[in-house]
Amino acid sequence: MKKLKAIVFAGLALAVLPTVAQAAGGQKDSKHIAFSFEGPFGTFDRTQLQRGFKVYKEVCANCHSMNLVSFRNLSEGGVFTEDQVKSLAASYTVKDGPNADGEMFERPGLPSDRIPSPFANPEAAAAANGGAVPPDFSLITKSRPGWYGTFNQLWNGIGGPQYVYSVVTGYNEEHTGEACPEGKHYNPYFGSGHCIGMAAPLADAQVTFDDGAPNSVDAMARDVSAFLAFVAEPHMESRKQTGFMVLIYLAVFSALLYFVKKKVWADQH
Amino acid sequence: MSGPSTYKPTTAFGKWMHERLPIYALVKESALDFPTPKNLNYFWTFGGILSLMLVVQILTGIILVMHYTPHVDLAFQSKEHIIRNVNGGWMIQKFHEVGASMFFIAVYIHMFRGMYYGSYKAPREVLWMIGVIIYLIMMATAFMGYVLPWGQMSFWGAKVITNLFSAIPFVGESVTTWLWGGYSVGNPTLQRFFSLHYLLPFVIAGVVVLHVWALHMVGQNNPTGIEPKEVETAVPFHPYYTAKDGFAIAVFLLFFCFWVFYRPDYLGHAINYEKANPLVTPAHIVPEWYYLPFYAILRAIPDKLGGVIAMFGSILILFVLPWLDTSRVRSGNYRPIFKGFFVVFAIVCVALGYLGSKPAEGAYVVWSRILTAYYFAHFLIILPVLGLLENPKPMPASIADDVLAKNKHNALQPAE
Repeated sequence: MKKLKAIVFAGLALAVLPTVAQAAGGQKDSKHIAFSFEGPFGTFDRTQLQRGFKVYKEVCANCHSMNLVSFRNLSEGGVFTEDQVKSLAASYTVKDGPNADGEMFERPGLPSDRIPSPFANPEAAAAANGGAVPPDFSLITKSRPGWYGTFNQLWNGIGGPQYVYSVVTGYNEEHTGEACPEGKHYNPYFGSGHCIGMAAPLADAQVTFDDGAPNSVDAMARDVSAFLAFVAEPHMESRKQTGFMVLIYLAVFSALLYFVKKKVWADQH
Repeated sequence: MSGPSTYKPTTAFGKWMHERLPIYALVKESALDFPTPKNLNYFWTFGGILSLMLVVQILTGIILVMHYTPHVDLAFQSKEHIIRNVNGGWMIQKFHEVGASMFFIAVYIHMFRGMYYGSYKAPREVLWMIGVIIYLIMMATAFMGYVLPWGQMSFWGAKVITNLFSAIPFVGESVTTWLWGGYSVGNPTLQRFFSLHYLLPFVIAGVVVLHVWALHMVGQNNPTGIEPKEVETAVPFHPYYTAKDGFAIAVFLLFFCFWVFYRPDYLGHAINYEKANPLVTPAHIVPEWYYLPFYAILRAIPDKLGGVIAMFGSILILFVLPWLDTSRVRSGNYRPIFKGFFVVFAIVCVALGYLGSKPAEGAYVVWSRILTAYYFAHFLIILPVLGLLENPKPMPASIADDVLAKNKHNALQPAE
């Protein structure tokens, strides 16, 4: 029996092996900052997400698209009210058509529209950014691990929001090793090599928040990271809430089935 | 399944039906009343768990197909559309994606159970071989399913694995082009993988019927490995094993749901949340965790064709396992030396999985080679020789003796 337990362990160990070793070029572990949405019961901080959206809109959106996200997604979980989303969408101009005359036309955005991209196509994006397309931000906190290690990622998640925060605030680190080529910037947190095409995107007080919240680089980086975690997984809160109820249900159900099994087998032992 | 039916319907409708289609008699005799050894432990519940997993994958898959678009320009977006816009889509998609991993965890426990208790030995060779066929089809199905989201790892994984076929002498290039439906992994590849990914689970379901049929011919093995002699050592499947399997399934679902709801992305690759880009190669191309040991074997051999042969050989060797193991004793419980080798083999498999996840360089390659050699030695040297040399422990005369001995032991402990 003891040996068989070893097999179970082998199976379980196999189950926790997947994401090992993908770090490229010695990426520095992201800074372990805490977010309100972590842990089994964590929720998004609505006002933080509103601030994060403002940072995205005024700074990031000049280069980074978010083409899987519709305006109406921003009202998910009540982050923005539906009226706010409507007027927000209307403040954008969206190309539509062709109309009955075969003409393309422009109109104000609707909540069902995707958030418009800053560039017409990837080629235009690359041409304007030194040959590299700025990555889309719809899933950035899910596709970029902040740290690696089988068990580290199991306990702490992949650290996607921390990755965004660390890259945005990681320009002032002491430069070791080879110098970056012209037009590239040293950033040890960057996922592919230490040299990133993007210059430090934020400066203190660059964005003014309506609620007068602090607008240091550090605060803005936290807010925008939280916002990007939200757009990557807008249903995160319902996932955790549903999951909690499902696990409670299954635990009780398992216990009941255990007693059923015991009763059924009572005459056999 | 043997002899004329002894089932006597009691109601008028039951009688009417029985004369036309004796379906209830079939269910009753081959499922409900099926005599099952009473000493099966919880490792025997994974057959039921696997059946459930197949149903879960087919049901969630059918729903996903209603919203998914198999096209290189739309596949990635349509997966995100399911997660973001379809009602409950985030949950259904995750049950399917995590379900694949759960399916493999269950199948590996099921296979290791069979290997420890000698469930492949006469008269169960065909039962075992059908199981290996199911496992092979599962691997093909899961591989093609992983390509469908058309993320970076989907694309590059497909590229690496399909490229293996180019190692076949003379016709390799043509075979690869034929598999791709073009000169590289592209839209035709995605569409045929989608078609086959939908087809193969139903093939699995068909082969599972053969697996169960073979099981009913020879009966279940049990932890003692002794064929049941007396009628008293068996219990009807229902209610005894429906109750036991039901409990095990509920616990397994608990484990499954933990991953779905609290670590939904852990068993996949982060980079697959980036759309496939044929111009950007990921730093490390790694298959899903359940292929890693075979991936390590593939890369352990310096020659491409040799690697491919070793990789497929490492699975195909399971087909002849019933004849490689020369011991007449089935259960590892009575084989003290085999027990040790079995544990080492299990550890080697896990270690190969670890090496498969690492880049193919330096010490990782050396260890991959050593452990690959051990993997094959286990089947080709250790098992055949061990069966001839090992002195098995004394076995109980029957299952009943074993159960009695255990009960005596339990009686000395505080009552349950």
